[in-house]
Amino acid sequence: MNATLRHLRPALAAAAALLATPAFAQTAVNPKYTYLTFGVFAAIIGVTMYITYLAAKRTKTAADFYAAGGGISGLQNGWAIAGDYLSAASFLGIAGLISLNGYDGFMYSVGWLVAYITVLLVIAEPCRNIGKYTMADILAFRNNPKTVRVVMALSTITVSTFYLTAQMVGGGVLVKTLIGIDYEISVIAVGVLMLAYVVFGGMVATTYVQIVKAILLVIASLIMVALVWAPYGFSLPAFLQAAVDDPNIQGRVAAMLGDPAKNMSPTELGQRFLEPGLLFKNPIDQISLGMALVLGTAGLPHILMRFFTVPTAQAARKSVIWAMAIIGGFYVLTLFLGLGAAMKVGPSSITAIDKGGNMAAPLLAQYLGGGADSMLGNLMLAFVAAVAFATIVAVVAGLVLAAASAMSHDLWVGVVKGDHATSQEEVRAARICSVIVGILAITIGILAQGQNVAHLVALAFAVAASANLPVVLLTLYWKRCNTAGVVAGLLIGTFTAIALVMVSPNMTYPKPLKAAAEKVVAAAPAKIAKLEADLAAAPDPAAKAKVEKTLVAAKKDKVVAEGTLKKFAGDDTSLVGLEKPLFDLRNPGIISIPMGFLAVFLFSLFFKDERALAMWDELYVRSNTGLGRAGISH
Amino acid sequence: MTTTALDWSAIEADSRFQELHRRKSLFLWGLMAFSVVFYFLLPIGAAYFTDLYKVKLWGVINFGLVFALSEFVVAWAIAYIYSRKAAQFDIMAEAIIKDAQSMRGRA
Repeated sequence: MNATLRHLRPALAAAAALLATPAFAQTAVNPKYTYLTFGVFAAIIGVTMYITYLAAKRTKTAADFYAAGGGISGLQNGWAIAGDYLSAASFLGIAGLISLNGYDGFMYSVGWLVAYITVLLVIAEPCRNIGKYTMADILAFRNNPKTVRVVMALSTITVSTFYLTAQMVGGGVLVKTLIGIDYEISVIAVGVLMLAYVVFGGMVATTYVQIVKAILLVIASLIMVALVWAPYGFSLPAFLQAAVDDPNIQGRVAAMLGDPAKNMSPTELGQRFLEPGLLFKNPIDQISLGMALVLGTAGLPHILMRFFTVPTAQAARKSVIWAMAIIGGFYVLTLFLGLGAAMKVGPSSITAIDKGGNMAAPLLAQYLGGGADSMLGNLMLAFVAAVAFATIVAVVAGLVLAAASAMSHDLWVGVVKGDHATSQEEVRAARICSVIVGILAITIGILAQGQNVAHLVALAFAVAASANLPVVLLTLYWKRCNTAGVVAGLLIGTFTAIALVMVSPNMTYPKPLKAAAEKVVAAAPAKIAKLEADLAAAPDPAAKAKVEKTLVAAKKDKVVAEGTLKKFAGDDTSLVGLEKPLFDLRNPGIISIPMGFLAVFLFSLFFKDERALAMWDELYVRSNTGLGRAGISH
Repeated sequence: MTTTALDWSAIEADSRFQELHRRKSLFLWGLMAFSVVFYFLLPIGAAYFTDLYKVKLWGVINFGLVFALSEFVVAWAIAYIYSRKAAQFDIMAEAIIKDAQSMRGRA
């Protein structure tokens, strides 16, 4: 840890020196208290490293490495699933969405919980009864093993890489925003820590790190909700009434609505925050996203893998029920965190540090502890920041393990070695694959700096829902499903989802960006001149400070706009050569999911496969009874 | 447990397995359909029945908030109902597992 600190200090100084205007240099943690953050980070890293050390001693066989030897209990697995699922995107992202958009942000969180109903009812138990270590195990049961292993492994690696890239880039930005460490250094720190968990401790360490992180996350949220809710006597109507009466929230709604807000009373503006429509304008897109969540979660390799770590189907069921209780409870808490941050911190202060609102929960923690200048405030912020950091590392660890298992278990042992490898050989292969995937993740994370990766999580869910879920579901529940259908479903589902995103509004289209930037640059000199005159004429220090803040923001906007113009000079089209999106939906699910299912149906019917039919009785009996599955052999 | 000796087709054809399959399918897909419909009512309603969502029921709490919160309650209720029902399926499956060795093709 000392070595890390020595590296971080100069980086911190360099980062501060590089940033030209004060607005750029703003980080959430007060620099005076950075040592607190490092202290809390060190404590959490120390605990997880100790867990890894203990886990490494228990990781000897392939079953240990991939599936923790089937020795995780239902309750433990429930917490670990919650840990896998409550990524930084849902922890910080949803609190931020609620703090900036009110009701629509909360509505967004619902789909993430409902997704687990699909997992509970139709996926968890059959997967436990049929699979061994990877998703491809389920498909290989009745389809041509080599063929489906290759295609499913590639799909697993694709989905995990999309998710991984979003986590790495998001994590790098987050750590940089929170405490000012260089982006590259935070990406490498996340990568190295995660590799330590995965390579030495395999699934055992990954599971326990998830559990610790999920518990810390829930504790942090409970403390914050208790503090923010207590002044209202823990009454929901009183808390929401305060939100409606809050000038910060009223101001936010007025700014979002523009002209129509002029005739509204302050109370009406506040009430509007609790009504739908501030964020979501396109219901079809919403439904498309909902479909990807509800069907995609059940097709995420790192989530499905968790069901191989428990001993029985009953334990798998219990673990989903626990996960639903934890995840759902957490999202209800997020409503308080989001509205609390909107009231106490204010949307304008939240967006000043991060436009997407990701800093809402950390800034609320700082406020609740006593504010930016207090030690307790910064300690609470440090704790939340450290939990966010642990979240990223743990989620990345789960993803790397899923991708590495597909490489070693499916591609190397299943295909190259023709299923003949000793347990020792397989563990060694899995460790080497983890290192390969980990280095790949760090490299992609660094290369993708500054790219817009927010849509990659949605894309991961869309591919999981359009390719992985149809083939797993139909292999388990449809007698006629076979190898041809599975291969077609995986390929067509994946390519449709990716192709639709490539031509969707998610991509960067330089033309409208440049037009907007030109407008800002053209208007800037007059705006800045006026603000400078206002500054000179300001009667008192308070008014002066207010004008100065606007002036700094105006100058920053100008610099950003000039940067945009420079970045896209001579470039008028998106990555695939389009001037504007061909397809109006950000979420491709509504089209790509039916395509995936259709592909499995049609190709299964066109091509006969005697083995798939012959194995149906055995698969169906096993999946419904757990027969022939006495636990994982050692 | 040796699995090679089992006659899977005979087990599949067994009346108890057919009964388990019938009950389970009906229950699971029924519950699944209900949960999907109930979930999609939320964003669809928010888009097309905005005025209903604005109706205040309790202080500033409107129909939309109550509906969104009810999604959580319903999800938890489904999990609870399923866990109760699945315990019955477990008992049925247990009986089949016990007799699996003796189930042989009757055709």
